[in-house]
Amino acid sequence: MSTIVLLLITGLGLGALYFLVASGLSLIYGLMDVLNFAHGSFLTLGAFAGWEFARRFGADSWGTFLLSLLVGAAVGAIFAVLTELLLIRKLYERLIEQVLVTVGLALATVALFEGIWGQDPIYLTAPAWMGGQTNVLGASIPNDRFLYIAAAVIVLIAIVLFLKFTRFGLIIRAGVENRSMVTALGIDVRSAFTLVFAIGGAAAGIGGVLASHYNGYVSPYIGGSLLIFAFIVTVIGGLGSLSGAAIASAVVAVLQQFANYHWGIGDLVVVLLLAAVLLLRPSGLLGSKA
Amino acid sequence: MNAPAPSDSILTVRNLSAKVAGQQVVEDVSFDVPATGVTALLGRNGVGKTSTIKGILGLIERKGELTFAGERIERLRTHKIVQRGIGYVPEDREVFSKLSVAENLRLAERTSKPRRELVDNLFPDLVERAAQKAGTLSGGQQQMLSLGRALINENRLLLVDEPTKGLAPIIVSQVADALAEAAKTVPILLVEQNLQVVRQLAEDVIVLDGGRVVYTGKAKTLLDDETLIHRFLGVSGGDSHPAPSVASATSAQEERA
Amino acid sequence: MSNATQTTNKPSVMDFLTRPAVKWVLGALLVGFLALLPMLNLSIPGVLPGATYTPGTLQLLAFTMLIAGLALSYHLIFGVAGLLSFGHALYFAAGAYGLGIVLRRFEMELIPAIVITLVVGLLIAGVVGAVSLRVTGIGFAMVTLAFAQAGSVLVRRNADWTGGDEGLALDTTHIPDELVGVLNTRNLYWVCLAVLVLVFLVTSWFEKSRAGHVVAATRENELRVRVIGIRPYFVKLLTFIVAGVLATIVGMAYLLLQSSATQKIITADFTLTLLVIVVLGGVGYRWGAVIGGVVYTLLDQRLTVLAGSEAIAGLPDFLRIPLSEPLFILGTLFILVVLFLPGGIAGLAKRVTRGRSNVRAERDVLEEVV
Repeated sequence: MSTIVLLLITGLGLGALYFLVASGLSLIYGLMDVLNFAHGSFLTLGAFAGWEFARRFGADSWGTFLLSLLVGAAVGAIFAVLTELLLIRKLYERLIEQVLVTVGLALATVALFEGIWGQDPIYLTAPAWMGGQTNVLGASIPNDRFLYIAAAVIVLIAIVLFLKFTRFGLIIRAGVENRSMVTALGIDVRSAFTLVFAIGGAAAGIGGVLASHYNGYVSPYIGGSLLIFAFIVTVIGGLGSLSGAAIASAVVAVLQQFANYHWGIGDLVVVLLLAAVLLLRPSGLLGSKA
Repeated sequence: MNAPAPSDSILTVRNLSAKVAGQQVVEDVSFDVPATGVTALLGRNGVGKTSTIKGILGLIERKGELTFAGERIERLRTHKIVQRGIGYVPEDREVFSKLSVAENLRLAERTSKPRRELVDNLFPDLVERAAQKAGTLSGGQQQMLSLGRALINENRLLLVDEPTKGLAPIIVSQVADALAEAAKTVPILLVEQNLQVVRQLAEDVIVLDGGRVVYTGKAKTLLDDETLIHRFLGVSGGDSHPAPSVASATSAQEERA
Repeated sequence: MSNATQTTNKPSVMDFLTRPAVKWVLGALLVGFLALLPMLNLSIPGVLPGATYTPGTLQLLAFTMLIAGLALSYHLIFGVAGLLSFGHALYFAAGAYGLGIVLRRFEMELIPAIVITLVVGLLIAGVVGAVSLRVTGIGFAMVTLAFAQAGSVLVRRNADWTGGDEGLALDTTHIPDELVGVLNTRNLYWVCLAVLVLVFLVTSWFEKSRAGHVVAATRENELRVRVIGIRPYFVKLLTFIVAGVLATIVGMAYLLLQSSATQKIITADFTLTLLVIVVLGGVGYRWGAVIGGVVYTLLDQRLTVLAGSEAIAGLPDFLRIPLSEPLFILGTLFILVVLFLPGGIAGLAKRVTRGRSNVRAERDVLEEVV
């Protein structure tokens, strides 16, 4: 029983990280049909920004930690907005070229991060509580997992409220469904493009700071390694569906934890799950677009 | 080549050509839309009516000169064109099915003074179902919502594409009445297959065939002439009219895509 | 097809050079020249590390040719069939790891080992293609990526077979002596040249075959192909398998040349590199893929040397850091090509020689993918 609880909660903790990356990917794809390979770089830069901030202001204090999340979110959002304005927008309606540009950006920025911060992992410190454990139904759960789950839930609620109750949110939801009809109502849908990049970048930035605590280090590669799983989660959940991304994040990560614990083949199970879902339901669990 | 536009037209179209999926679907089309009343754009299936409308709005790749209320618009992006005062009711309604009825209308509002009352009075059904997802509405209700989205703003022209397609007769007459009401204040360019509705609403007609304009004139003249109807629209007269060519069938498919 | 004949009335040198027969003769001459390189003492300072007869230079040239061959096989899927695969590295790795494992584990002679590896590559490409082609667009990209990831995981987890992080060294027990050791690099060079020529010929033949025409037509308009009664699925699958098997062949040559296989050849990044190469060279152009492979590999090599040079070390940080990262420069170059030169190197060359800009058509070729 305690093992199950442990695997479940640590799985949800991992799923929280997946969701922070996948939410942006899914929104961006849903609205713009762009598969954003540079999303991992938003995350990595956010992680480095958070670490640079934290090490200057005392990495073991809660205040610094929380502020480092904000710094990561801001840096991720700015990077994402610049990407949209300077690269993606130039290739409006050129879907493959947009994907190619994000591929180029991902390769170039990872190399740049290597140049700036080196290839080796940089270990970081966190508030002491995060290194401790809490007993839940007999299972000792690392405290940081609760934090990841809380962060993901807060981000999910924030995005849902934004989408539900603001005009921009309305435009984004409509645009995901039928972009050209939105423009035919006299709305410049491109402002919504910039906005989803900002939202996605911010979520990825937060995800980056948290992922660096999850790993215990920052490195130029943390974005890329999470990105593959985030892609898988996004596709399984249904491209463009936020709730799909949330559910798939949790399911995939928990499944991965269980498979890893019992047979050591978590990654493989995820890949097989993706293949199975795509073959049975090509549009994903909750997706409406093929 | 370019005849001066009559001063009483709201929209002049000159040499409009449009492509869908690389295929020429509208070729060198020129016509005027008068500043009052309903002008019907007619023609057999797949002759490029919908593409003409989409071309005017810049929703598909097109070339030509478009003048709306004295301003050239062919270089503007779709949303800018619409902001000049055009309401669009697309073929197949295109309501946002995951948004509620109220949200669909709210999204369409372009000013701080939307004409909610007018829409509510025209379509009381929509008021009742304001919180319902548009995807769960019946076809007729969706059409009213689509019309409502266009009427909620004060427009200078409405582009209405096959509003009665696939609707029950009783709904057809409701939609036609709503359009007649709207036409009192705003000119309409109407694509319509139902000649009954055309007769009720339209003063002028433009007929397309094979992507070109083949007839313009008064609606009454056309509709009272069986041979003209037969020649241009092929809707009556048994099997003496030629079957639609393969080319037009293909473009019809792509038009819908 | 040939705008040149319509726009310029007088026959030009370029028209002559682009005639099919002339092109084949020129190609044969080029191959002959490349075959003679190990006997020649040619130096291209700044591009090649030394004279052409030295093992180091031959090694680099042979490696370049393999990457070009691999890029050609990717061109079949991406440029001809218009399928965005993110898993092409899998078949290359199947060749390299497959041959390595068969040689080491089953102690076979080289030729039977090659045959077995080919069959394995064929089977993997067949199964993965059959499954992933059931979905289209991004779904296809994701399934191919997923299978490649699965392969990557298998390689990492079965370290006693694959060498894990260490990589798999070539067991030379059953390799002919002529293909082993630095002194025999020239023989390996010829093997690699032969592989490139083989891949090029197969690719050309396939593109000109009926299947090649149908799959290209499918890319442009799937509906129309269906209308004439052909199921695009099987033609696409055939293309996928041919490209996969070609990649397997290149992978085997890679193992012989490099004497080992490492995990990096099965990563998603490696497939992305192929994508970069094909776009850099020019999507849809056969020799564009070759040129792209050559340019990319040589640039990568030269930039790495440049990065370690003293001229760079003396620069201020904001210049030194980007310039000392070859992938940063290549990635940036790639972005610029996509933004401003959608036809890549081949498209640029065509525009210069034909004197006519056709960026739009080149963009359209790109957009037919997926």
